[in-house]
Amino acid sequence: MVTPTLGMRGLRRGKPRYSIFSLARHALDYHEGWQRAWRAPEPQPEYDAVIIGGGGHGLATAFYLASLHGIRRVAVVEKSWIGGGNTGRNTTIIRSNYLWDESAAIYEHALKLWEGLSQELNFNLMFSQRGVLTLAHSEHEMKEMSRRVNAIRLNGIDSTVMTPAQIKQLVPIIDISPSLRYPVMGGFFQQRGGTARHDAVAWGYARAADECGVDIIQNCEVTGIRQAKGAVTGVETTRGFIKSAKVGCVTAGHSGIMAAMAGLRLPIESRPLQALVSEPIKPIIDTVVMSNAVHMYISQSDKGELVFGAGTDAYNSYAQRGSLPVIEHLLASAVELYPIVSRLRVMRTWGGIVDTCPDASPIISTTPVKGLYFNCGWGTGGFKATPGSGHVFADLIAQDRPNAIAAPYTLERFTTGSLIDEHGAAGVAH
Amino acid sequence: MLLIECPWCGPRDEAEFAYGGEAHIARPTEPDKLSDAEWAEYLFLASNPRGTYLERWRHAHGCRRWFNAVRDTYTHEIIEIYAMGSLPKSKLGIQAYEDSWRRGSAAEQNAKRGSAKS
Ligand SMILES: Cc1cc2nc3c(=O)[nH]c(=O)nc-3n(C[C@H](O)[C@H](O)[C@H](O)COP(=O)(O)OP(=O)(O)OC[C@H]3O[C@@H](n4cnc5c(N)ncnc54)[C@H](O)[C@@H]3O)c2cc1C
Ligand SMILES: [Zn+2]
Repeated sequence: MVTPTLGMRGLRRGKPRYSIFSLARHALDYHEGWQRAWRAPEPQPEYDAVIIGGGGHGLATAFYLASLHGIRRVAVVEKSWIGGGNTGRNTTIIRSNYLWDESAAIYEHALKLWEGLSQELNFNLMFSQRGVLTLAHSEHEMKEMSRRVNAIRLNGIDSTVMTPAQIKQLVPIIDISPSLRYPVMGGFFQQRGGTARHDAVAWGYARAADECGVDIIQNCEVTGIRQAKGAVTGVETTRGFIKSAKVGCVTAGHSGIMAAMAGLRLPIESRPLQALVSEPIKPIIDTVVMSNAVHMYISQSDKGELVFGAGTDAYNSYAQRGSLPVIEHLLASAVELYPIVSRLRVMRTWGGIVDTCPDASPIISTTPVKGLYFNCGWGTGGFKATPGSGHVFADLIAQDRPNAIAAPYTLERFTTGSLIDEHGAAGVAH
Repeated sequence: MLLIECPWCGPRDEAEFAYGGEAHIARPTEPDKLSDAEWAEYLFLASNPRGTYLERWRHAHGCRRWFNAVRDTYTHEIIEIYAMGSLPKSKLGIQAYEDSWRRGSAAEQNAKRGSAKS
């Protein structure tokens, strides 16, 4: 059955569609007849474009290169398994309520894509616009937030200030008594924000990209970036040299290492960011609540686990784990704000290595090496941007120039001083 | 969790310390002599290696003094602790210091010229 997807120029190879009917049909044969979601091809000697890094951003880039820009021979080269980096480790908060115009443009672009993405990819991303609430714990923070809400609204993005009483109504498990060390003074809310299933984002993009002919090559580490006369000529990998005149690097916490392979340096520090889940319980919270002042945020997964996140660990690391004090701090804040969680057990904790930038904004850029492009620096908050990031990065690679949304995110901004300072909005949380 | 040996107070829990980032970044003494690109390199570009790293720590909740450390950013092993204003003595530390791109940077050359004059 071949069903071309709306708005896609690329020729789709016609994978069987996922639907309620296919689910019912496969139930009859005990779910033993499901097809492979993507192939496991051998690397070809040459591609039109090679994407390094099979996280959500890399896979999305490959998908849009093939489906929108008609670039047929694309490979995604991933050193381990797709989605095993920060894509599969993050707490999946999605929102677009950023302060500056440049940020509003890219995160809102992403949010609009999220809104139709499950249909476009024919993959249930479990995208849930359950709302994202950010708390203020001091009068100063509350004033700052009101100012931010006005700026966000001027960009046409939904955002509302909330009083403690309204917050209590939305989140019954929260303690709003003034006696807390960091009392809830109010907050701001974006209803269109929410969460999505992180693995599904990697898998959905991988399946759709594969359908457009993209080769997804796992267990293949890039060990060198070859160039001649100032232009990229391909990548050395653990499975041999792959020739390509266009290389897009999307390796999050490892971006500095990749840049060094090309003789470049980035303004990026790699730090651990940790998260944890509790044992699963019945639904007690149906929105996302973040709190920058106490470095903690909470949501509940569809499985019933409470998902908690914190701020980054203080030191540089590539170990994909952090230190216990961060977890202790997070849990202390959680117990104070949501007393009901004190009796829950922690089930798993983990860490990912995030690529933090001096202005807490990403880099989507050409480089001094022709044909070599970088997309990194998303730090603690890039999951929400996945579709938008892939969309504009594919455009940059195809056209060899940034479009209006990507243009402010060049590497040159660190020389010119046009930084996009989102420390206030990104804070710790996402 | 890191166990960090403060040179003055001995081994203490990581929670007592504040991180000071990369060590041995020389501040240009005549910034106006640097181009925008050279200044950006000094101000923003990071070494951020996977492996041996020379970094600064402060015993914030103890003696409040600063010191340097040689630490592996992949294993988290602390290879050496050494005083501010001095250079590492361990083999890995010396190598990391000498191999750093900062040694040849315009900012460091500028800082050296400035201190030679004063
Ligand atoms: C604990 C935690 C919580 C987070 N919470 C949120 C949140 O709530 N909301 C939000 O928006 N963001 C959040 N983030 C940030 C978000 O996860 C990232 O910004 C985003 O997922 C980055 O996606 P990516 O595809 O660029 O990177 P990744 O998914 O990390 O993909 C990069 C890939 O590159 C591969 N790679 C590296 N080196 C090589 C090489 N040499 N050769 C080949 N492949 C290589 C890696 O194996 C990896 O798979 C969180 C991050 C963490 C760690
Ligand atoms: Zn001390």
